[in-house]
Amino acid sequence: MTSIPLEYYLIVAAALFLVGTVGFLLRRNLLVLLMSIELMLNSVNLTLVAYNRVHTESHAGQIFTFFVIAIAAAEAAVGLAIVLAFFRVRKTVRSDEADLLRN
Amino acid sequence: MPPLSAVAFLALAALTLGSAGIVAFSKNIIHSTLALLGTFMGIAGLYITLSADFLAATQILVYVGGTLTLILFAVMLTSRIEDMKVSNPQTGIPVAFGLTTVVLLVLGKVATGTAWPSEAKAAVPSTAKLGHAFLGEFLLPFEVGSVVLLAAMIGAVVLARRAVKRTWEKE
Repeated sequence: MTSIPLEYYLIVAAALFLVGTVGFLLRRNLLVLLMSIELMLNSVNLTLVAYNRVHTESHAGQIFTFFVIAIAAAEAAVGLAIVLAFFRVRKTVRSDEADLLRN
Repeated sequence: MPPLSAVAFLALAALTLGSAGIVAFSKNIIHSTLALLGTFMGIAGLYITLSADFLAATQILVYVGGTLTLILFAVMLTSRIEDMKVSNPQTGIPVAFGLTTVVLLVLGKVATGTAWPSEAKAAVPSTAKLGHAFLGEFLLPFEVGSVVLLAAMIGAVVLARRAVKRTWEKE
């Protein structure tokens, strides 16, 4: 089945990671920042599963991916709760409005 | 006629990366959120082409069913949707592209320069092996993960609820 070489999956994952990074650096909306983090986590998961396809003797890559998915779900829940709390205080979701500690 | 696996891989990679581009660069945050669905589904499809079937199902259940719904709720609660121009601003383009170009060069050099084992192995059904691993070798991390999820759930509830004025605090 894997006539696709491992490098192609790695390149797709790297491109996905870069899209997430650019989105994280460019955007000023906290929700888009969270979505960009999800993109980066997914690209790392894809890399782990691709490596696991080459080393099939143990499923450590896939198991690690499960833990990453679980932590990503926890991160999304807590992150979105923080965004909601921030929105309640400042009436905005722009990340550069979060400058309370700067002054 | 190219082999079916190549067609599937290219289509799924295009779906993943195209949707990811919309997520990161769309001016409308609703489009961003809905394009995230395409990315998650594309990743799940790529998992299937890597013969990680159980993981693909988990990806759809957790990300599409859980995380994406949660993000959509947060978007609906916080954003002025009709105000597309303000809802999703961006800044700092040169710095971001400079940094990511460096990262792209490094990752591309590693991915293409290393001699990866290219021998295609027979696909093995992974679900039973994963179950045995989770209840055997990885039992402790599995249980710690459930504690982490519980703590995150409680923390999210505490953070997201409105401050309650208790009656005994008034006087």
